[in-house]
Formats: sequence, C-alpha cells, structure tokens
Amino acid sequence: MQPAQAKQFENAALKNYQLDNAYDEMFAGPEQLHPHYEPLFERFSSLPADELQRRKHAAELSFLNQGITFTVYGRDDGGKEHIFPYDLVPRIITAAEWATVELGLTQRITALNLFLKDIYNEGRILKDGIVPREIVYSCKHFRRQMVGLQVPRNVYVAICGTDLIRMENGEFVVLEDNLRVPSGVSYMLTNRRVMKRIFPQLFQSYNVRPIEQYTQLLLGTLRSLAPEGRPEPNIVLLSPGVFNSAYFEHAYLARQMGIELVEGRDLVTHDNIIYMRTTSGLRRVDVIYRRVDDDFIDPMAFRGDSILGVSGLFNAYRAGNVTLANAFGTGVADDKALYAYVPSIIKYYLSEEPILQNVKTYLMTEPKSRQHVLQNLDKLVIKAVGESGGYGMLIGPQSTAAQREEFAQKIQADPRNYIAQPTISFSRAPCLIGDELEPRHVDLRPYILYGDKVAIVPGGLTRVALKRGSLVVNSSQGGGSKDTWVLSQ
Amino acid sequence: MLSRVADSLYWMSRSIERAEHTTRLLDVNLNLMLDESAMNADRCWQRMLQALGNPEDTHWTGDPYALTQSLTFDIDNKASILSCIISARENSRHVREQISTEQWTRLNSLYLQVTRPEMRDDLQVGAITADSGQPTEFLQQVMEAVHQFQGVSDSTMSHGEGWQFIQVGRYIERASATALLLEAYHEDLWLHTDRIPEGNEYLEWMGLLRSATAFEAYCKVYTADITPDRILEFLLLDEEFPHSVRFSIDTLQRALEAIHGEGGKSRAEPLRRLVGRLQASLNYSSVDEILSGDIVAYLRGIQYQCAAVHKMIYELYIDYSIQAALAG
Repeated sequence: MQPAQAKQFENAALKNYQLDNAYDEMFAGPEQLHPHYEPLFERFSSLPADELQRRKHAAELSFLNQGITFTVYGRDDGGKEHIFPYDLVPRIITAAEWATVELGLTQRITALNLFLKDIYNEGRILKDGIVPREIVYSCKHFRRQMVGLQVPRNVYVAICGTDLIRMENGEFVVLEDNLRVPSGVSYMLTNRRVMKRIFPQLFQSYNVRPIEQYTQLLLGTLRSLAPEGRPEPNIVLLSPGVFNSAYFEHAYLARQMGIELVEGRDLVTHDNIIYMRTTSGLRRVDVIYRRVDDDFIDPMAFRGDSILGVSGLFNAYRAGNVTLANAFGTGVADDKALYAYVPSIIKYYLSEEPILQNVKTYLMTEPKSRQHVLQNLDKLVIKAVGESGGYGMLIGPQSTAAQREEFAQKIQADPRNYIAQPTISFSRAPCLIGDELEPRHVDLRPYILYGDKVAIVPGGLTRVALKRGSLVVNSSQGGGSKDTWVLSQ
Repeated sequence: MLSRVADSLYWMSRSIERAEHTTRLLDVNLNLMLDESAMNADRCWQRMLQALGNPEDTHWTGDPYALTQSLTFDIDNKASILSCIISARENSRHVREQISTEQWTRLNSLYLQVTRPEMRDDLQVGAITADSGQPTEFLQQVMEAVHQFQGVSDSTMSHGEGWQFIQVGRYIERASATALLLEAYHEDLWLHTDRIPEGNEYLEWMGLLRSATAFEAYCKVYTADITPDRILEFLLLDEEFPHSVRFSIDTLQRALEAIHGEGGKSRAEPLRRLVGRLQASLNYSSVDEILSGDIVAYLRGIQYQCAAVHKMIYELYIDYSIQAALAG
C-alpha cells in the first residue's frame, strides 16, 4: 500500500468499520479497497464532517418537501407519514457483476412466466413430477378462476421485483421473487435524483448507467399488453387509495407516466367492459396497472368484503376486454415454498442451468428437513410462506427461547406455511452513521419488466438494515435505502 | 378528469372558502363586541350564527368565548374552522398528484399549524378568554394562510378543468354565504331604510361590510357614507368587487362554461340556463327594485338557486347515473 493511502485511512472516519466474514462492498480486505470504490472513498474522506452533515440534511429536506413518505400500519401514531430513511453513500456495482445479474434475472422471469402459463393450463410440470401438485394447489395465492384462461401475450408477471443478496464469496443469489405488486421503484428513482444533486461531480466521474427511463419502459410494457383492437389504449394505475402505505409511489408513477391514478370507486363495469367515471362521461379502460392485491380487487370473484375493488373486473378480464398487470394468481410463483423449486423450473422450461442461485431452503412439509430445522431453530431463519415486508419471520441467532418455542409450535401445527433457510450474513456496504462510515447489511431489488421484451434498468433499489447487526432491510422494520450505481464499464 | 378528482377539488375549495368566511365573521364580531352593550351583544351573536346558517351543535349560551371556542377549535363541530381546514386538507390529499406542490405545501402547513400539539391546550374549553389574545391572533393567521393558498392556486396551477372546479367551489360557496349574510342583517338594515346611522349602528354596518372584506372597497365607491341601500347594492350587485354576489355568480358562470367546453355542450344546457337566469337577475336588477319587493325572498332565492346549481353540477359531472351515461 502506498504511504499516501495509508494516511488517508488514518484520517477517514472509519473507527467503527469492523470487517467480519460478510462480504464488504467497499473493502476487499483490511485497508484494501475494491478499485471501483476508490474515487468514492477519496471524495468522502476529503469532505469535513460538517459538510457531509450539511449534504445529508439537504437530501432529507428534499425528500420531505417532495412528500416522499410512507405509512406504517399498526403504529400508534394514527398512520402518520414517515420519510424513508436515506443513506448518502451510494452502492456501486461493476459492469461485469451487473451483466451476470441481468442475464440471470431475464432467465428467471422468462421461466416463471412459462411456469405460470403451464400450471394454469396443461400442468406439464406437475405431470412430470418436477413440482409437486400439493405445493401449487395448497398455495393460498393459487387462483382456480385462472385455470384455462388465455392471458395476453402469455405475460402473467409483467412487473417483477426480485430481491438479491450477496453471499460471503461475493456472488449474487436470489432471496425471493416479488411477483404480485412489488413496490419501491419510486425510491430508486428519487434516490437517484437526490444523489445527482448532492454529489454532482462524483456522479459524473463514475459513468453511471442511467435509470430515468424506467417510467417510459413501464408505460411501453403496459401498452404492449393492451387488448386486441385497441391501438390507443387507455392505461390507468389502480391504487387502493390514500391510506395505502405506498400511495406516494402510486401517485408518483401515475404522474411520471402521464396516466390516470384511479381507485376502485372510479371504475364501473358494464357488459364486461371497464369504464372510468370522468367529468365528461364514462371512458373505457384498456390496461390496468394494478397495485391492489388479488384478494381485494374484485369482490365478486375474490374476497366479498373488499371495498377497494371493482365488481365484475375479473369477468371483464376473462372476456379479454381489459388487461391487468400483473395478472391474477401470480402469487403462486413467489410462494416461499415454491421458491425452492425455481432452479428446477428454470431447467425444465429452458434447459439451461440457473445463472443466479437460490438460498438453501428447507421445506417443512418434508419430515426429515422439519426434524433438522426444529433441532436447529437457533441457527436458522424461519419464514411464513405467504408473508412479505419482513413480517412473520424468526431470525434464529437473534431470537429468544420463547420466540423459538412459539415458532416450533407454529411449524408443527401448519408445516406447509413455513420454510427455513440458513442465517446468511449477506453483504455489507458503507453507510454514513452519525459522522462515521459504518458497514450495514444491504440487499438489492432490481425491477424487471416483461412485455414484448424484457427490460431491466441497471441497478434497482438497495435497501439497508440501518440498525447495527440487523439483517432486516424492510422499510416497515426500520430499513432505509441508498442509490445504486451500475457502472458502464 | 376523473369525477372523484373533480369532487375532491370542489370540496377542498369550498371548505377553505367556508373556513375563511367563518374566520372573518368571528373576527368582526369579537371586535364589535368591545363596543356593544350586553343587550345588543346577544342580538349580534345570534345574527352571526344565522349568517353561518345556524350550524348544528352550536348554540348561543351567552358566552361569546365559548361560542368562539366551538366555532374555531371544536373538531366535533362540523362548522368549526378547524373542521373545515381538516376537510380541505383531506380532500387535497386525495388529489395530491393533481394540485401543485405549492398548493399542497401551503395547505399542509396550515393544517400542521392548527393541529400542532400546543394547539391542544387551546382546545380546552375555557382556555379562550378576553385577555388571552388567542382568538384574534389565530384568526389572523388562518386568514393569511387562506389568502396565500388562493394566491398560489391561481399562480401555480394550470387553469385547466381542475382549476375551474376549484373556482366553482369557491364562488358557489361565496355567493350563497354572502346572500345568507345579507339575509341575517335584513331586520337591522332594510326594515327602516330612512334611518340615519349613529354610534353603534354605524359600527354594525361597518361590521357587515368588513364581514365581506368590503369596507375599504365600499368607501372607494361611495365614500364613508354608509347607507343600507348602498350596502345592499354593493354586496349584491357590484360588478367588480370579488365578494359581491354578482361577481361570484359571474365567475361561477365563466368557470362552468370552461368546464362545459370540455365535456360537450348539449348535456350542460339545463345547468347553463339555470346559471344564466341567476346571472341575468343580478346583472339587470336595480337595488330600488329589490328593496321595494320582498328582499328576504330575493336573498333566499339566490341561495336556493346556488343549491340547485350544486345539485345539477353533481348530476352532470360527478354523480351521474351509469345507465344514462351509457345510453348517451
């Protein structure tokens, strides 16, 4: 190491920066940076602490003023709006790393769409015994109504957010797929906008691949799914309304795409055609980018007590008069038990080896695995198959005996509802905590669009577990986010 | 534009206008009270309640500060200023992506200001007294904030269909509130038009003008000689004063024309006739004519017609029957 650099490390605010066996996004080893982090490190360590704080405040103020907020359910503050915590230090991904991720995600979304088409039609993969029938049919997101139905362009999942983590050896693996109504993309876009304003020169010097085209790509994807004979489709975004935790995102995306933001009460069905009620009369709707779950979207087809949905929507969909993105019943493919079969699904439909690996997963329906898991609850992570947002989870090494006992009982009572995975110390990236740079665990959620072609904007949302040592990155559980830079070379 | 969005913009605007009107009436009457004898004060507060349409849950009990409390901070009272602001903000939240950031920020900070924790202490009954200075200061702040909101609405939002619905809400509320205000004063003013005002009476007439922010504007036209017939002429028939009924109906008519233009004219024909008739009656009436007839009936007529316009706007643009829309 050069003497100048050694001095730099001494001055830098790194006294809390302890490396452990988790992969570190910035350091390859003690006092040894990954080359692509060098300019960033230099820039950050050259800025005085108060200047960093000033920029941090400027960023936070910018989020507050733009109303970039979310609501957390069940907290005792009347569903108040919070800012999504934002970290100033960007996460950098090299061009080569991204190339692999992009290929892997394209392969995965293609296979998952083929899988959904198959299980809702002939069910070849079930007949061939690759995926057990009971996993599919016992999934609460399996929709019998979709069986035998022709889906436009065979696109079931048009918008997907896949959670990736980086293992100790630096390899990206898939932690879970979000195939129903993935959220967070607005944070990806606004993080970038704020970052460009706060560190313009640093950003410019890095040659970061742009992501701003996302909303246009999304609009293109939605347009490509329009029903036959509707060359100028009327596309709308269906939101549960202002009380939903992601309402900001719904409004943001609708505005950026220039499409109407509608709620269930704005839509009416007549003769299997969906209309929206406007001041100049009823206007036909062709494509719905829905941010409402299956359960709540049509009280006639699904949950009858829903007031968020549109009665008759499913019939209009079945008649081919309106397209939904995503389709109904896609949740069966992001069930956490089915997840274990995704590598086999890829091999089955594409005759290719999976490019992105899965995390080892124990199915509780298998007696041997169950036995093993029950004996090792303190070392494993237990997840409920149908939950998301970090709810219904037990992190073994950080749990109490009482919690483990509770989960042991739950698993035995309903084995289909749980899976177990090893506790993975996924990668950590530098974050500005107070005046110090400290490592925090991060994941990555790229957003994949699947219409007439597959489009993935480079990067995605990097979520950060801001509490020291925490492995939970969900915003509802104290997580934050940071900008993600994919380099062009 | 989605009907739901039009509905929210309309009510956002109406609620803000209503908050402003209530604020001003309270401010004027709290001020008047300082000069009035106790007997007159009774009359004066009851008249104010009448001018607000005798809101439910609000009664004159002889204590002006209890009444002020009820009309400012009482969230359970739908007519209170706080309720109006909360309702306006709630409506704007539902159309956050349709209004400008400046509008949202202005309204949101008014909301945050009036609902902040320190305000909770002022919410206690009995916290408002003659010495606290609380009500006047609060009322001034609300009025300023409302004016700023109306300013940014006009200068930062495109004057498209959404803005026109804001105009409709504001001016329909203003026209009927002014008509109601004049009606509440009719006994004091127009039963004996030949009176020469003195002392307290002059103060009251000034109060009426100030209730519609009209005192200075009135003086510019008629000088400080205040007479009941001129007050009526000014608040009802003046073409240029933004709080007069005529000005409000003219503006309402223009906003509705702009909206009809978007949605096909024939459908709007009955509404256009209704507004046109009201507008003509204000444009071509003289104050003598109105005073020689049944003035209360005339003022009530304006309120009924405003209510009918509201109903027809809803039937036409917001709450129309699906069957009729499909058939048409």
